[in-house]
Amino acid sequence: MDLFEYQARDLFEAHGVPVLQGLIADTPEEAQAAAAKIGGTVVVKAQVKTGGRGKAGGVKVAHSPEEAFDAASKILGLDIKGHVVKRVMIAQGAQIDKEFYFSVLLDRSNRTFLSLCSVEGGMEIEQLAEERPEALAKITVDAVTGIDQAKALEIAKAGGFDDALAPRVAEVFVKLYKVFVQEDATLVEVNPLVLTKDGKILALDGKVSLDENAEFRHANHAELERDDLDPLEAKAKANDLNYVKLDGEVGVIGNGAGLVMSTLDVVAYAGEKHGGVRPANFLDIGGGASAEVMAAGLDVILHDPQVKSVFVNVFGGITACDAVANGIVGALDTLGDTASKPLVVRLDGNNVVEGRRILAERNHPLVTVVDTMDEAADKAAELANR
Amino acid sequence: MSIFLNSDSKIIVQGMTGSEGMKHTRRMLAGGSNIVGGVNPRKAGETVDVDGKLLPVFGTVADAMASTGANVSVIFVPPAFAKAAVVEAIDAEIALAVVITEGIPVHDSASFWAYNVAKGQKTRIIGPNCPGIISPGQSNAGITPSDISGSGPIGLVSKSGTLTYQMMYELREIGISTAIGIGGDPVIGTTHIDALAAFEADPATKAIVLIGEIGGDSEEKAAAYIKANVTKPVVAYVAGFTAPEGKTMGHAGAIVSGSAGTAQAKKEAFEACGVKVGKTPSETAALMREVIAKL
Repeated sequence: MDLFEYQARDLFEAHGVPVLQGLIADTPEEAQAAAAKIGGTVVVKAQVKTGGRGKAGGVKVAHSPEEAFDAASKILGLDIKGHVVKRVMIAQGAQIDKEFYFSVLLDRSNRTFLSLCSVEGGMEIEQLAEERPEALAKITVDAVTGIDQAKALEIAKAGGFDDALAPRVAEVFVKLYKVFVQEDATLVEVNPLVLTKDGKILALDGKVSLDENAEFRHANHAELERDDLDPLEAKAKANDLNYVKLDGEVGVIGNGAGLVMSTLDVVAYAGEKHGGVRPANFLDIGGGASAEVMAAGLDVILHDPQVKSVFVNVFGGITACDAVANGIVGALDTLGDTASKPLVVRLDGNNVVEGRRILAERNHPLVTVVDTMDEAADKAAELANR
Repeated sequence: MSIFLNSDSKIIVQGMTGSEGMKHTRRMLAGGSNIVGGVNPRKAGETVDVDGKLLPVFGTVADAMASTGANVSVIFVPPAFAKAAVVEAIDAEIALAVVITEGIPVHDSASFWAYNVAKGQKTRIIGPNCPGIISPGQSNAGITPSDISGSGPIGLVSKSGTLTYQMMYELREIGISTAIGIGGDPVIGTTHIDALAAFEADPATKAIVLIGEIGGDSEEKAAAYIKANVTKPVVAYVAGFTAPEGKTMGHAGAIVSGSAGTAQAKKEAFEACGVKVGKTPSETAALMREVIAKL
């Protein structure tokens, strides 16, 4: 889960990383009040989870609360690469002398952690890596020993910091590593880390991604996510369903992440022959597909106004197909008249004959049972294109 | 023959007395696996009756190995305690630790992986967040249903559990030497490449199906490895062509970040290395049937 800049700033502050004051505002009036509270020159920054805000007009300097009001009026509602700005952060201004770059992240490819560091910060890191790769230090960080002051100094020196600055930034790196470990982050990035004209080291902008698997040991993390969920995603989350909203017309329910991903692809291929319909969502109900879970899943999908048909694709591995069939029948009975869209069901694997028999016997007018995944996807796409 | 697991494997279950652990211990036993005991520090010394088979419970993995000669541990311990369980298995130097647990924080898996490397990798870790490994007709360490397919010449390695089952089912008339689910997490112990190397060396395996999905670069690395090192025919399948950037598709590791980890890039990497890629699971199975027919 990616955090907004203001959320990253708050986490930095909580772990002792030097940051400037920052207040959030959802309206120009709130922005004006925040600027008055901070005083002096402030920066009004769009809170969106994408890069390139500055160029898109999402960052403006304001010298007075009135100017902050005007800046917020222009930024709120702005569309930055498909992300509509709903919130701004009013940040205290700073006199910048130099800009640096630091990050620590999960290096998946090498199954370890990695720190990136450069005395040349400020620009997009991808651009720096491409144009001046020699200026960007890449230092492997052992997941057991981590970043202590000595390791942080090694990183700072590799990144090109001189002997005067290296120990000072290293101290900040140690604190940023604490954010990384103690918050179970997969990425902590500061760009830019700055030296101000009055000699302070500050984290001016930060990006943090948190590991959702670690929510059980961070009571506050679920709350951070709620700021950004689509209403259907929030409803699914409340029911412990693994759901991602997409932009198509064919609702998809299946068991197992890989099979559901595969189902989305097969639906998209089938859609090419049926008016270009696409999958409307990812929904994995997991191994134990009880009637309750199936009902909760169908409930979410059938409330998506974009959905025109639903494809239920289950391979009975641990779960037997007769249990799944009973789940579907039970779910339709529970939902009653609110279930109004056609369902295409494909069952295979454990106890498939009995599962298909149960569906045939119930003979629900909305349900079509199809033998293979490819044929079922074709049928679901056809129904969505009617 | 088979890879990593065979009829001589003696299996213990860490977390056997929990509900998931007990359910799958029962299934593994019914499927013919040689389960020799369980581990739970709070129930050490007790004996559990699993459908008529009396299984001793030990306080530690080391005790269980000393008493039973176990060389495989299947781990069902909940996420919050999984790291400690894996570290214990590593400390005991058990040959194979199969981590079924889903939802382990990646800092914990990165940490136990670093620990295993520091200890000289005496333990092969499979998973976490995986269905485990099955060598049909010999042994099953994990949650794969034992009766999907019998034994045969196809080696199967997959990031996804249900796609493993689906592919075993599609190919059940030919049969499987070993099917190994390596798991959908960002940090895993056994990679596609590890499985490919073992299948290449296994005389019972004549052809290999590789299943990948979005996220990371395991498939790209596997493609290069196949080109350089694998003489047996390989057919690949990749899931997640329609996955949007920045959204996690169920598995913690299934995410496209920027231009990295897309299904299209993985497919192209395989094709550039001469590996055929099926468009759907059924097409992939059909490609494998053609391969087998020509052998």
